[in-house]
Amino acid sequence: MCLAIPGKLLSITNQLDETFRFGNVSFGGITKEVNLCMVPEAKVDDYVLVHVGVAISIVDEEEAKKVFSYLKDMGEVEELEPSNS
Amino acid sequence: MKYLSEYRDPELAEEFIKEIHRITTKPWTLMEICGGQTHSLVKNGILEMLPDKITMVHGPGCPVCVTSVSVIDEAVYLAQQPNVILCSFGDMLRVPGSHKNLLEVKAEGGDVRILYSPLEAVVIAKENPTKEVVFFAVGFETTAPANALSVVHADKMGISNYSILASHVLVPPAMEAILSDEENKIDAFLAAGHVCTIMGMEEYYPVAEKYKTPIVVTGFEPVDLLQGILMSVQQLEKGEYKVENQYARYVQREGNKMAIETINEVFDVSDRIWRGIGSIPQSGYEVNERYKKFNARLKFKLDLPVAEENKECISGDIMKGLKKPKQCPNFGTKCKPEHPLGAPMVSSEGSCAAYYHYSNVDSVLA
Amino acid sequence: MSEKIKMNLQCPMPKFDFDVITLGHGSGGLLTHRLLQSGVFDVFKNDLLDQQHDGASFELNGRVAFSTDSYVISPIFFPGGNIGDLAINGTVNDLAMCGAEAKYLSLGFIIEEGFTMEDFWKVLVSIKEAADNANIKIVTGDTKVVEKGKGDKIFINTSGIGIIHPKANINHKNIEVGDVIIVSGNIASHGIAIMSLRRGLEFETSIESDTTNLNHIVLSLVEKFGNDIKFLRDPTRGGVASVLNEIAELTRLGFYLDQKLIPIDDQVDGACEMLGLDPLYVANEGLFMAVVNKEIAADFLTQLQKENKGSSAAIIGEVTSEHPGKVIMKSRIGGKRVVNYLTGEQLPRIC
Repeated sequence: MCLAIPGKLLSITNQLDETFRFGNVSFGGITKEVNLCMVPEAKVDDYVLVHVGVAISIVDEEEAKKVFSYLKDMGEVEELEPSNS
Repeated sequence: MKYLSEYRDPELAEEFIKEIHRITTKPWTLMEICGGQTHSLVKNGILEMLPDKITMVHGPGCPVCVTSVSVIDEAVYLAQQPNVILCSFGDMLRVPGSHKNLLEVKAEGGDVRILYSPLEAVVIAKENPTKEVVFFAVGFETTAPANALSVVHADKMGISNYSILASHVLVPPAMEAILSDEENKIDAFLAAGHVCTIMGMEEYYPVAEKYKTPIVVTGFEPVDLLQGILMSVQQLEKGEYKVENQYARYVQREGNKMAIETINEVFDVSDRIWRGIGSIPQSGYEVNERYKKFNARLKFKLDLPVAEENKECISGDIMKGLKKPKQCPNFGTKCKPEHPLGAPMVSSEGSCAAYYHYSNVDSVLA
Repeated sequence: MSEKIKMNLQCPMPKFDFDVITLGHGSGGLLTHRLLQSGVFDVFKNDLLDQQHDGASFELNGRVAFSTDSYVISPIFFPGGNIGDLAINGTVNDLAMCGAEAKYLSLGFIIEEGFTMEDFWKVLVSIKEAADNANIKIVTGDTKVVEKGKGDKIFINTSGIGIIHPKANINHKNIEVGDVIIVSGNIASHGIAIMSLRRGLEFETSIESDTTNLNHIVLSLVEKFGNDIKFLRDPTRGGVASVLNEIAELTRLGFYLDQKLIPIDDQVDGACEMLGLDPLYVANEGLFMAVVNKEIAADFLTQLQKENKGSSAAIIGEVTSEHPGKVIMKSRIGGKRVVNYLTGEQLPRIC
């Protein structure tokens, strides 16, 4: 469930109404037309998470970076907290 | 690829693995809900890198595996009708029904088409006005918005020759079913990151509280899974049971509002039979009254006999985490991907297939 | 590698008094004669073919390799080539994998009624180009036409004869522990190029099929390294993983891969991610795998990269005494997984 991958939004085309809002998303250079109606705030150059042709989220860049500093931040926090053992 | 490759960084993964080893002092059993997570754990060889004290059990997170035999039979029946174009995701084609699977129907001349997106099925319906197009709408909550959107599109475009055969399943009821089982051994859950991208995290707080079980919403890449495992073990070692979000780059507590609205526009929650587990109340989606003309079951007046599961397949125990695939007497012998007894061997996400294809290097080396 | 000979496709199509191929054209009678005389096959003119016997006759010296393959690809035109290129390159390459220089090919067509002369001409011109690039002659052939619905536009069979290079000693029995596994370039390009056109899965890309002839480069490698090249295979359907599983089973040796060493184009990678496909199982065309003596591996790679300018050829693994008969891969993050045989066709997934 849920093969979804991030891609870069290159362009947006609006048709009919917001449920038909589509964009061209690039995955490592290949592009596919993706429906954007679930991510109304998405703008060109955003990275969106795409599942079965529908974008379901926009990457939160700040949160994305936190994974890389998690261990380091944790180490610093543990130094501050008194030991529990 | 951006936002993908970084979470496969070997050095970062190594650091997480070291930390997991450092803090694990007791045996813990963790379940990852999602088939995609199982796939990633096995494919990246992560299971062997975890401390022996940690047991990963693979949950029923494969909508393909839990689709009941009866529903496959319904899809097979529709695909066999001469004026029907049956469109489906690729993974469904090899899942065995009572007599046949969809790939066999295709070989016999049925018009069965593999699609990447349900929205494409609506286009096919538009291009083939004299045919009936049915989309086999399978999936967890992640896929429900797209399937619902296809119905909305068809409705707005005035397309009447489109319908969906819905077989959606929901995660929280499945989790409850597992946790409330007397034999349950799960200490913590890695919740399905993409399901939570849609639905948010609210549903998990009462579950964590009721069963005193940590739940960490986790992604799919190696670093995501390792961080999710670390966060779970951290809680377990401290005796905590909170809901935490490892996958915050996509998941917000309230989920995706538009997606939830789209689901509610088209679907009602319904009871659902889970292959290998049985009926779980209020655990699925069915097309609602407003959009009933897009409900393939009503349109084609489907009334097939309820199918029997293959008794030799222990998929229920596997999906509840009570047994591992290798404990099944038929694993690798009577039951292999080319002749599966049940769905977890067919779907590439199914626990049994994942083990068969990727795993347990040690047993190969032995 | 010599510059590919590019036939000008404006090479004018002869004027035919029919637009499509019909059953009559395959029946052996007047219409067949018209088809043969129409000039459409003039594109292959050579002394052996011009004899117009039922079969070609010629002399051969030395050990000979013989190979056959049939081509049923759909769509027949795709980025980077068409069924005609494949039909020539595929058989030429099979012979190259035996260490043989392809010399003569047969060419059989099974054409579905209604196939246009325009498309047929395009395929023939591609066949001619591919044949010239590979330096082979088409010496005998056959054309049949089947009813509409009993074919799929056009099927092609080519069988080829080649002379085995005197230094070639290609046999899986020569593979030893410590030998090294090399691929000649990026994997999975062909299969993904085809998939990009498949209705329901299509996407935009600049990926092209990697179909090309491998005989020149393989023979120059055999000339230089002889016996140190233990095994060659072009991983077509079923991909790299299938070939490795076959040789693992035949040799009862272990094959160990390192995922981070496997070369793959970014776009191909992106497409595989999107569709949930494993590139190890995706078809290739102009790619070969070699198992070679570790001592010469670095030189082999240098030679390969020199001949194939810009080639991303790489060493991807080695032969080991551990895990006999199995293919094991170290993942990017260091964990190990078994690379099994594919079961049936690989299908795109949502899970």
